[in-house]
Amino acid sequence: MNDLLFSLIVCCTSILAGFLGALTGLGGGVVIVPVLALLFKIDLRYAIGASLVSVIATSSGAAAAYVRDGFSNIRIGMFLEVATTIGALTGAWLVAKVSTGWIGVIFGVVLLYSAWMSVRKRAPVSVASQEDALGSRLNMKGSYPVGDGKREAYIAHHVPGGFAIMYLAGVLSGLLGIGSGAVKVLAMDQVMRLPFKVSTTTSNFMIGVTAAASAGVYLSRGYILPGLAMPVMLGVLGGSLAGSRVLVRAHVKTLRMVFALVIVALGAQMIFSGLTGRL
Amino acid sequence: MTTSDHDLEVAMGQMLRIGVTIAALVVLAGGVLYLWQNQGPVPDYKHFHGAATEYTQIGGILRGAIRLDSRSLIEFGLLLLIATPIGRVIFGVAGFAKMKDWLYAVVSVIVLAVLLFSLFWKR
Repeated sequence: MNDLLFSLIVCCTSILAGFLGALTGLGGGVVIVPVLALLFKIDLRYAIGASLVSVIATSSGAAAAYVRDGFSNIRIGMFLEVATTIGALTGAWLVAKVSTGWIGVIFGVVLLYSAWMSVRKRAPVSVASQEDALGSRLNMKGSYPVGDGKREAYIAHHVPGGFAIMYLAGVLSGLLGIGSGAVKVLAMDQVMRLPFKVSTTTSNFMIGVTAAASAGVYLSRGYILPGLAMPVMLGVLGGSLAGSRVLVRAHVKTLRMVFALVIVALGAQMIFSGLTGRL
Repeated sequence: MTTSDHDLEVAMGQMLRIGVTIAALVVLAGGVLYLWQNQGPVPDYKHFHGAATEYTQIGGILRGAIRLDSRSLIEFGLLLLIATPIGRVIFGVAGFAKMKDWLYAVVSVIVLAVLLFSLFWKR
C-alpha cells in the first residue's frame, strides 16, 4: 500500500470515529486509538500521540458553540484544570514507564467503563443549591438557563473529592491520549453535583487544556509523527464538527447502544491483546 | 459579575476557534505537500523508533517550517494547535486580573506554569 492510500483510509476512519464520538458524547479518542492499534497494527505510542492532538482540535473546535448557551463555568473549569494538567503530566511521564501491554489493558478497562457510562440510566442527581463552605469561598457557583429566560443557581459541593477525580482524569488523558470526558463529567456531575449541562460543557473546555499539558511531553519524546498525526487530526476534527451539527436530528438512543457495543468489543480486544503481548 | 464572565468566555471561545482553524489549515497545507512529495510505501508505524529529533524540538520544527519542509509544516501546525488552549489560559490570566479576581488570576497562572513546563522542560 502506498502512503497516499494509507493516509486516505486513516483519514476516512478518523472522520467516522470523530463523527460517532461527537454524536454519542464519548469523543473521538476512545475509538481511534484502539482502531489504529488493533486494525492498522500501529504502535500504541504513535496511536496515542496522534489521538491526543486530535483531542485538542476537537475540544477547541467545539468551544465556540458551547460558549454561546452560557452553560460552562470558567472558574470551576480553571480551578479543576490545576488537577487535570498536573495529572496529564504524570500520565505522559508514565507512558514511558509502563509497558504497552499494560497501557492496552488500562485502555480496555476505560473503554468498558465509558460504554457503561453512556448507556446506563442516569440516576437523577439533585442539583445542590444550598450553601457549601469551600465551594462558596472558592466562588465556584453560578446559574444556568432553565428556559423562559429564567436561570437557576448552583454551587459546587465536595470540591476536594472532585479535584482528586480530576487528577485521575488527567492521568488517564496523558497515559492513553484521550480526553477522558466520561471521568471529568463523573467528577462534576456525580461528585460535585453540578447540573449536567454545566458539567459537559465545562468538561469540553478542560479537555483541550488537559491534553495540551501532555502534548509537550509527547512531542519531545517523538510520539507525534507528522505523517500519521496529520490524517488522524484532520479526520477526527472534520468528523466531530459534522457530528455536532446533526446531533439533534439523529436517533441518538439507538445509535448510542450500537456505539456502546462497538466500544465494548474494542475494550475486550484491547485487554486481550494487552495481556497476550500483542500491543 | 455574570456579564463580564460571559464576555471573557466568548472571547476565549472565539480565540479557540480561530486558533484551531489556522492550525488545521497549516496541517492541511503541510499534509498536501507531504503526500505530493512522498509517494512511496507507508513508513514503518508498527515499530516504535520515535520521531526524528528535528520534529521533536520547537527550534527544529520552526527552522524546518521556514524551509517549507512538509513534515515540519505539519508539526508546526500541531504546535499552533497545542498553543491554542495555552492561549485560552493566558486569556484567563488577563481576564481575571482585569476583573480584579486575584484568586482566579493566580489559579490561571498555576495552570499556565504547568503547561509551559510541559512544553519547554528538557528531559
